[in-house]
Amino acid sequence: MLKRTPLFAAHQQLGARLIDFGGWEMPLQYSSILDEHQAVRTAAGLFDISHMGQIVVRGGGAPEFLNRVLTNDIRKLQSRQGQYTLMCNERGGAIDDLYVYQVEAEEFLLVVNASRIGADAAWLNQQLAAFPGRSAVDLKNLSADFGALALQGPKTAQFIDACFSSSSSQSLAATLRKNGIARREFLGRPVFVSRTGYTGEDGFEMVAPAEITPALWAKVLEAGAPFGLKPAGLGARDTLRTEVCYPLYGHELDEDTTPLEAGLGAFVALAKGDFIGRSVLADQKTRGTAKKLVAFKSAEKSAPPRPRYPIWSAGPDCRPIGRVTSGTQSPSLGIGIGMGYVPPEMSAANSPIAIEIRGKHAPATIMPKPLYRKS
Amino acid sequence: MSANIPGDVKHAKTHEWVRVRDTLATVGISDHAQHELADVVFVELPVVGRQLQAGAACAVVESVKTASDIYSPVSGEVTAVNQQLVQHPELVNRDPYGAGWFFQVRLSRPAELDALLAPADYSRQIGA
Repeated sequence: MLKRTPLFAAHQQLGARLIDFGGWEMPLQYSSILDEHQAVRTAAGLFDISHMGQIVVRGGGAPEFLNRVLTNDIRKLQSRQGQYTLMCNERGGAIDDLYVYQVEAEEFLLVVNASRIGADAAWLNQQLAAFPGRSAVDLKNLSADFGALALQGPKTAQFIDACFSSSSSQSLAATLRKNGIARREFLGRPVFVSRTGYTGEDGFEMVAPAEITPALWAKVLEAGAPFGLKPAGLGARDTLRTEVCYPLYGHELDEDTTPLEAGLGAFVALAKGDFIGRSVLADQKTRGTAKKLVAFKSAEKSAPPRPRYPIWSAGPDCRPIGRVTSGTQSPSLGIGIGMGYVPPEMSAANSPIAIEIRGKHAPATIMPKPLYRKS
Repeated sequence: MSANIPGDVKHAKTHEWVRVRDTLATVGISDHAQHELADVVFVELPVVGRQLQAGAACAVVESVKTASDIYSPVSGEVTAVNQQLVQHPELVNRDPYGAGWFFQVRLSRPAELDALLAPADYSRQIGA
C-alpha cells in the first residue's frame, strides 16, 4: 500500500501519471516531462513535495545540538534564514542532505528527504539521547502534519504575493531573499514560505499544515495560471536538478559517500568546532578523497546516460573508472548529461570519457558544474 | 483510451506496427505505445543491411525515464532507417504511424504477416 500526500486527489483530477517513488504514489508527469521542464525554465511550475519531512528542533540547546550533528555552521544563520547542510555519520558518510531554517531564536525547522525521514529521526534521537545538553532540546518529527509545495520558475515572483492575501504583510517577492523564510497565513493557518528550490530557478517553497495543502495548491495554480504556471511532476524535477548538478540522496549521496567526495565542501564548516564526521572530513580535506563527483555531457547524439551505467576512461587503454549516479537527456541542452564518480586524478574538466550504454561506449566530456546556466 | 489505429497496418502483440507494399514492410510503434512511453528522446535503429528475425529485439526507444526494446514483427533485411528520428525523436510521439516510422524491411517470410493482429484485434488487445 503506497503512501499518498494530501494532494493525491488533485493529482488524479489533473490526470497525472502516477508512479511508486520510494513507497509514495507520486505524479511522474501531468502533460509531459519535457513540457513541464520547459514551463519551469521559462515561466513557472508547481511541484507537490509533501512527501518530504519536517523536523522541528527547539530550545536553548538547539543551536549547539544542531551544530554537532550538521556539517554547515548554524551560527551563520540570521533570524528567518536557512542554509543547505548535511548530516553525517562518524565515517563522514552522508545520512541526508537537507535545509535547516532558523525560524525563531531557539526554533529550527529541518526539511529532509522523503526517503530519509525515518533514518534522520532515528539518528537525531539517538544523538540527542547522548547529548549532554539534551534537557534544553526538544525535537519533534512533524512530517505527518505537514504538506509542502515547490513553486519554481522566473515568473513566480510575479504572483506569489497573490497567493497570500494579507494587506499587512510585506511582499514576499520584494523582501524575501534567497534562503530566507517567512511566515504567512492561509485559511487562518500558518504557512512557512522560503526562497529556495531544487531547480536552479527563482522560486518559493511552502510548508503548510496538511489539511490546508490542497486549498493552497489550488490557490497557487489559480494565481499562476495567467503567467503560464503548470503543475510539474517528479520527472521534470529530476531533469531540472540534474541540469544544475544538484545531488539526489541515494544517487550522489549515501552513507558511504562524504560531502567532500560529492563536491559539497562549501557546506562543511570544518572551522566551526567538532561535529559528527569532522575528523574524517578534515582528513579528506588534507589528503584528498578516493573518488570525486563530476558532471559530464555527451559528445554526440546518443542514448541518454542513466544511473548505474559504467564510466570508462577514453583512448586505446580504456578501462572502467566509475559509474553514473544521475543521467538523463537534458531538455534545455538537447544532449545527454549526467553526474558520476571517478578517481580524483581523472576528474579534470574537459577530460574525455565514455559512458557504457548497452555494451557500446558513447563519448562524453567532463564539464564544470553546473551543466546548465541561465544566460 | 481510444487510440488512433489506421486500417492499413497490422500489429504485433508487443505494439509494433507494420505496413506492407509488395515485399517492403515499414515498421514503427503504435500510438498506444508512444503514449505509454511519453516523451521519446532517442531511438537506436538497426543498421541497413542487418538481417532481422521476427520477434527478436532489433531497436531501442528511449524516453526520458526508460529504455524499451523494440521487437521486429517480421523477418528480413533492413533496407532503410528513418534518419529524421536522430534530430527529431519526438516524431515518434507526434506521428507514430507516419513520420515516426523506424525502419523498412524486405520481407523474407511474408507468411509471418498472417500471425500479426488486424486493427480490430489490436484495438481489442489495448482495450480501446
